[in-house]
Amino acid sequence: MAASVQTEISFRLNDQIVTLDEVSASQTLLDYLRLDKFLRGTKEGCAEGDCGACTVLIGRMVGDGLKYESVTACIRLLGSLHGCHVVTVEHLKGYDGDLHPVQRAMVDHHGSQCGFCTPGFVMSLYGLWLENPHPNRHEIEKSLQGNLCRCTGYAPIIKAAEAMAENGLPEDDCLMAERKEIIQCLKSLKTENRISMADQIIVPANLEDLARAIEDQPEATLVAGATDAGLWVTKFMRDISPAIFISHLEELQTIDSNANGVTLGAGVSYSDAYGPLVKHFPQLGPFWDRIGGEQVRNMGTVGGNIANGSPIGDTPPPLIVLGATLTLRGTSGNRTIPLEEFFIEYGKQDRAPGEFVEQVHIPALGKNDQFAVYKISKRRDEDISAVCGAFLLRLDEAGSVEAIKIAFGGMAGTPKRASNVEAALIGKPWNEETVAFAIEQFDQDYEPLSDWRASAKYRQQVAKNLLHRFYSETATPELLSSLPTMSAA
Amino acid sequence: MRISELLKSNKNTDQPIVGNVHEPIAHDSAVKHVTGAAEYIDDIVEVVGTLHAYCGLSERAHAEIVEINLDAVRAADGVVDVLTVDDIPGHNDISPTGLNDEPIFAEKTVEFLGQPMFAVVATSREAARHACEKAKVEYRDLRHVTDVVEARDAGYPNVTAPLTLSRGDPEPVMKSATNTISGEMRIGGQDHFYLEGHIAMAIPEEDDCVTVYSSTQHPSEVQHMVSHALNVPANAVTVLVRRMGGGFGGKETQSNLFAVIAAIAAKKHNVAVKIRPDRDDDMISTGKRHDFHVDYKAAFDDEGRIEAVEADFSARCGFSADLSGPVTDRTLFHADNCYYFPNVVLRSHPLKTNTVSNTAFRGFGGPQGMLGGERIIEDIAYALGRDPLDIRKANFYGVEDRNVTPYHQTVTDNILERVVGELEQSSDYASRRKEILKFNKANPVIKKGIALAPVKFGISFTATWYNQAGALVHVYNDGSIHLNHGGTEMGQGLNTKVAQVVADEFQVDLDRIKITATHTGKVPNTSATAASSGSDLNGMAAQNAAQQIKKRLVEFGAEHYKVDAEEITFASNQVQLGDKSVSFGEFIKAAYMARVQLSAAGFYKTPDIHWDREKGTGRPFYYFSYGASVSEVSVDTLTGEYQVDRVDILHDVGNSLNPAIDLGQVEGGFIQGMGWLTSEELWWDDSGRLRTHAPSTYKIPLASDMPRIFNVELAKWSTNPERTIRRSKAVGEPPLMLAMSVHQALSMAAASVADYKIAPRMDTPATPEHVLMTIERLKKERPN
Repeated sequence: MAASVQTEISFRLNDQIVTLDEVSASQTLLDYLRLDKFLRGTKEGCAEGDCGACTVLIGRMVGDGLKYESVTACIRLLGSLHGCHVVTVEHLKGYDGDLHPVQRAMVDHHGSQCGFCTPGFVMSLYGLWLENPHPNRHEIEKSLQGNLCRCTGYAPIIKAAEAMAENGLPEDDCLMAERKEIIQCLKSLKTENRISMADQIIVPANLEDLARAIEDQPEATLVAGATDAGLWVTKFMRDISPAIFISHLEELQTIDSNANGVTLGAGVSYSDAYGPLVKHFPQLGPFWDRIGGEQVRNMGTVGGNIANGSPIGDTPPPLIVLGATLTLRGTSGNRTIPLEEFFIEYGKQDRAPGEFVEQVHIPALGKNDQFAVYKISKRRDEDISAVCGAFLLRLDEAGSVEAIKIAFGGMAGTPKRASNVEAALIGKPWNEETVAFAIEQFDQDYEPLSDWRASAKYRQQVAKNLLHRFYSETATPELLSSLPTMSAA
Repeated sequence: MRISELLKSNKNTDQPIVGNVHEPIAHDSAVKHVTGAAEYIDDIVEVVGTLHAYCGLSERAHAEIVEINLDAVRAADGVVDVLTVDDIPGHNDISPTGLNDEPIFAEKTVEFLGQPMFAVVATSREAARHACEKAKVEYRDLRHVTDVVEARDAGYPNVTAPLTLSRGDPEPVMKSATNTISGEMRIGGQDHFYLEGHIAMAIPEEDDCVTVYSSTQHPSEVQHMVSHALNVPANAVTVLVRRMGGGFGGKETQSNLFAVIAAIAAKKHNVAVKIRPDRDDDMISTGKRHDFHVDYKAAFDDEGRIEAVEADFSARCGFSADLSGPVTDRTLFHADNCYYFPNVVLRSHPLKTNTVSNTAFRGFGGPQGMLGGERIIEDIAYALGRDPLDIRKANFYGVEDRNVTPYHQTVTDNILERVVGELEQSSDYASRRKEILKFNKANPVIKKGIALAPVKFGISFTATWYNQAGALVHVYNDGSIHLNHGGTEMGQGLNTKVAQVVADEFQVDLDRIKITATHTGKVPNTSATAASSGSDLNGMAAQNAAQQIKKRLVEFGAEHYKVDAEEITFASNQVQLGDKSVSFGEFIKAAYMARVQLSAAGFYKTPDIHWDREKGTGRPFYYFSYGASVSEVSVDTLTGEYQVDRVDILHDVGNSLNPAIDLGQVEGGFIQGMGWLTSEELWWDDSGRLRTHAPSTYKIPLASDMPRIFNVELAKWSTNPERTIRRSKAVGEPPLMLAMSVHQALSMAAASVADYKIAPRMDTPATPEHVLMTIERLKKERPN
């Protein structure tokens, strides 16, 4: 039981603490910065977290440490910010009172033209520089996946990123110098209480309190990273109140990685999940880097990606073939189900009122398991899958298919197994003939739609070709080169 | 380099000034950009009582409006007013070419899904936007057509008069030719995706006056549209813009709507009104690059030399003309690209469709024309089994002969051979192509392609009267200089370049010059900042203003300091008067005390150009810009995914006013062109709704899409033979077309699956889907 209820949220904004006692469920950080605080260096480009013009850093306590990550303020909801440190472009200072090392590099390398995207780029690069002042090109590109520039063609921005460290290192940065004070400040804001405002927002005190809040208000919107719920507000103008914010709950951020596999709390962000997941499943690395942009990966959660049941979510296909299970917590206790069974049909999941996803467990690969996942999209990075295909294969000693699991996103109303294809493969020798026959079975398994991401014809064709590719990679890798950097991690 | 740093080390009186022409000075707003201090219209602190407007949009592609009930809208929280046709004091029209075909608010029928029907005025933007959703509209659906071929087949009309360019007689040549090809091509459109969306803020003033802050490339047109809508003379309307967060042509006419609505609301309620659509609504309700269907045939000899070309360019213009006339004209002007067509007929078909009215976009129809012409070249190359580069070279315009365009202008400044020759060498094209052919034989899944694309682009507005500009220069009596001109800053560095011209004239450091917002009250009757003409026109006008002041200063100096006029020179922040040297500031102070006029309005008009559209002859272009690129790509033939491995560019900007800024234009233009030809796809559903209306669905290039190796050079030896500003050349549009080599390289990789025996004929945009489908088709058509 939460000790008592508090009716205001507090966070640090640059070098000041702000306390708000009137926050609506749908109020975004960007509007707050621009309209209430007149901090107008942070721009609105798209209001859906895709262009990065509104990038700011959010600092939060992780254990006893302080961690800063880039996020898009346009879909970051104000109700989720209690106890955080919001850093905007106005806070950047040079060591000589002039420009910050990152800003200086951008000017020196002609990294801005119209300048509208520039504060967002500066903030993304600032986030990168704090962690990694000497990034390589891949690291730079990865940190900029969530930032669009329409003028420069990026070449000068990449040059600037490569030169940031020449102008100064993070040791002397104000966020480093003032670290102690900031940590103290954020610790002082931490509360043991539930925060609640009118019918608008609930910030539960802990997991127990969350369960109670959901039980009391099963119609409430659960908001974790808000990378989807944010768009309900900014694009569909939906009233999401009352909203229960859960991104601060440490009990949902647990990561347990051992010989049996990985167990992720539902609130673990894509970024935080990366390390342990890739340790167990190195094949997931390049794929994981293509989910959203850096800001979206810093905000969005694996649990949220599963729970909202999208047919084009990126995580379900690989997690299904890996045999992931989902633990749901509800009024009558916990239950654990195979992830695959969670998706009933388009827009319908196996989640009862009052239930919420608490964790997802992904078992380790068997000794002879071969696993691959492919994402097909118009643009390689920061795009939504047209088709996402995952394969898990185990051959017996004779070279026949002992076990095969194939799951696709973008091919049906839910992430779905290719059961006819699988049936055509199981027990058969893993050779070209078997695969050629199995490929024909895709027509039994899927009737994809045509939409703006891809035509039905292409989806079906590419799904078939991906089985071909998976076969070639396992059987005749010498004949198959990949696009050079597509798989570079 | 940054001015502030340069200035620190420039204290001596004999050193050259900082910020001279031809120097790679940083953008004048660079420091403001990176600190977030650069002010865009949405950043201006609103005056007390500012209201916010938002447009209610049509939900149908083509329908009669039977009834529109706005009661719930009016009753919604925060709503102050709902503007409809009845609230327009003047004309319900914002058609830029005066065809009266583009209403502010649709009245009886809607002609595309997303057309504005009314506007809500409310106490907050959120309230206005929410209220729009509450409108109840009863429609009676009419037949709608969104696709250009469908429109042609359905007999949809042209939105504006078509054009034919012809020279010689292709028909008999086609009949008797040794070789002919014919085919069709689809070329996709493109959304501008300026990062700053459309926005306007109007502030009412006394009498019938209003000041409008508009994110526009064309303040004078906004001024005229507002004056027509308010039914007041142009002198009652002031429009200003300090900078745009990108334009690319998307703010040449499309800003009119928002400015007009803000102004109407502001005058009606006598408060400031701001309007800013959400990104999705911006993309749905404002125009884009025209997509095209091209029908073509060509005759050629065994060496691939073109003997005749006939082509029809049909454009999806949308529901109204907007700029579709000049856009589709420019398509025809550039169908020849770099190639001589001895006999030619080119026809435009600017077709009406029930889609948003398409508009200007960097290249202004030229890129689509070129892409059609390049398709012919590629078809000939594959028909003859030759490297397309050989065919390109065989058809280059000659210097002495074979140098007349389909519009009868003689190409007199041809530097194609040098540009292409140097790039061929520096990029190592020939041996890389050999390697690639070898690679493709050895690799069954990944295939590579390489291509060299030359570009020739005509500079000048084809609307000849647009080729004029004005500037206003004040020298204040403390020696500081105020610079204003008719061009607008959208990121291209125009203000920096023009300031460099003025700094050079007065020989003072660049920081002495204050760059100010474009303002219709300071320089009137301006042309759009478009057609790459910004620095050509405004640079000359500013130079003219500066020279007028200088002339007066020299006369004053000769009299006051008793020296010959010839002995007076401006250099290094000083004025040298015979043996005596005076600082610029001191000299100006003295001139002021002697009552010298220290302000001047400059003017420029491009000489020697003329164009007779009826006859299809003239000299529409003052000069041509040239460039070439080599692209190498890798394609996954199982999925159609690809990567651009390497791009080499050599581009001609004459004697660059600012090589750093010009390089940025070349690189940025190339990547934007690459987006147009690869990942950027506009997709309408059957109801006529644009479904790629936000960055989540419309994919412009990212940092990781940049070529893995990107070598970009300016042709340092080039100089403009015409008397342009400091012999520079325009740079805004031409580099966009360099991206054609990416498309051609992708085509080659696809063609490899049929051993290069079949012309790949890949339409654009070459998304992974279109690449894979081309590959699958070629595999089926492959001769065994």
